[in-house]
Amino acid sequence: MIIDKVKKLNGEEKVKTKNEQASDRMIGKWVKCDNCKEILYKEDLHKNLSVCPNCGKHFRLSARRRIKQIADEGTFKEIGGDILTKDPLNFEGYLKKVDSLKEKTKIDEAVKCGTCEIEGQKAVLGVMDGNFLMGSMGSAVGERITLAIETAIKKKLPLVMFCVSGGARMQEGIVSLMQMAKTSAAIAKLNENGLLYISVFTDPTTGGVTASFASLGDIILAEPKALIGFAGPRVIEQTIKQKLPEGFQRSEFLLEHGFIDKIVERKDMKETLAKLIRLHTKGGK
Amino acid sequence: MSRITAWDRVTLARELDRPKALDYINSLFEDFIELHGDRNFGDDKSIIGGIATLEGKPVTVIGEQKGKNVRENMERNFGMPEPEGYRKALRLMKQAEKFKRPIITFIDTPGAYPGMGAEERGQGEAIAKNLMEMSRIKVPIICVVIGEGSSGGALAIGVGDKVVMLENAVYSILSPEGFASILYKDSSKAKEAAENMKMTANDLKKLGIIDKIIKEPENGAQNDFETVVKDIKKYLVQDIKKLEKLTEKELIEQRYEKFRNM
Repeated sequence: MIIDKVKKLNGEEKVKTKNEQASDRMIGKWVKCDNCKEILYKEDLHKNLSVCPNCGKHFRLSARRRIKQIADEGTFKEIGGDILTKDPLNFEGYLKKVDSLKEKTKIDEAVKCGTCEIEGQKAVLGVMDGNFLMGSMGSAVGERITLAIETAIKKKLPLVMFCVSGGARMQEGIVSLMQMAKTSAAIAKLNENGLLYISVFTDPTTGGVTASFASLGDIILAEPKALIGFAGPRVIEQTIKQKLPEGFQRSEFLLEHGFIDKIVERKDMKETLAKLIRLHTKGGK
Repeated sequence: MSRITAWDRVTLARELDRPKALDYINSLFEDFIELHGDRNFGDDKSIIGGIATLEGKPVTVIGEQKGKNVRENMERNFGMPEPEGYRKALRLMKQAEKFKRPIITFIDTPGAYPGMGAEERGQGEAIAKNLMEMSRIKVPIICVVIGEGSSGGALAIGVGDKVVMLENAVYSILSPEGFASILYKDSSKAKEAAENMKMTANDLKKLGIIDKIIKEPENGAQNDFETVVKDIKKYLVQDIKKLEKLTEKELIEQRYEKFRNM
């Protein structure tokens, strides 16, 4: 069992109960699994790839941690890091909010893209970050992703995109909507060049990202129990005036309905990606 | 007309008696034959499509169809397509490509339908695929926003070489009510949202999102429909001619660059 290994690794017998650890939680060392309610030591959780050692719930990951899990150490070189948030609507308070988020999250937009190696194979990797305005896609996100796709075309590399997003970014209005067309058109070009694109849905991916590049992979993977949809569950419930059944729009539901190829646990993700990339290189070795 | 607010235009764009896609199709073209079905699951009545002629020349036409009364709107699902609608549209576009017919789309939707069935049958995938495929279709595509162009549900038939709007049409990331409820946490601030969203034809022309505005008579297209139709027709004929002078490669490269720069 992973949980035993993790506990052993940390020299701990048992993850302490909620009451015992209330004070520790206050200083931010502890986190409660919102699925099984177990109180987890943050360090344990991170060592376990941010998957609950008790129930297997995949916690949301920052782009930084995701890149660390997927790219071979020291190989990630960022593409489009100089592309920053724009404010085409002059929307009141938007750039101020972005600035304070930058300060708080230490990231500068909702996606990080770059070239890297995955088990020694060169690839372009894009990773969205839900900590930045829900991973929403505005002009900077669309531009960074398009640049990443174009880099894959130029360098003849496979593309891997990890998606997490609330959809198009409202504060940039119609310009955000157009990023859906822009990124999808770039994927069309990638396809014409015969290059592999693997898309990975993570929790949650909805709206304009689901309705553009995220759904266009040659191979579409998903982490377990990720929420994946076009309309968000609340909007659907308001429209149909009834509660959605348990598991609706989760990875397992999408697999059942034929919209994803495979559900892959985080511990197997890098290996799976590497294998798929290998199968698309000459000779498949 | 100069004092007209963005919210006024939203109201005009949504008027029940405003001309709908079928009104334009029946007036702009001759010999319209409607074709049905996505060849997968069903026929979505909120998107109509088929073949017609424009001044004698065969074209493929596709439009999001709203109703003009409750009964029609029930039948048309208020112009909110399900995946089958988008898949039918794509099927007809691929058919147009095969037979080298230009494509004209009419956009008029409050958005893609957010229902359980739509999700089960891949609403997101259907829209995404249209965006991807439309960007590479080897015949000219002209998209006309005639009423309400809302969200990915509008864009899904909106990736064209030219995107034009009627003067009182609106085009946005979502409805002003939805925008207000998300960003102001108060859907009653829709009027304020409409002003800030840059969703009118004038605003979108300035932003470089659309190519042309087609004038409307005071209080909307229904008040002098003939003139509006004449102006749209003139534009379509003229611009299809221009687009047909490009090689397939130039056409696709130009379309790519158009959206690439947004």
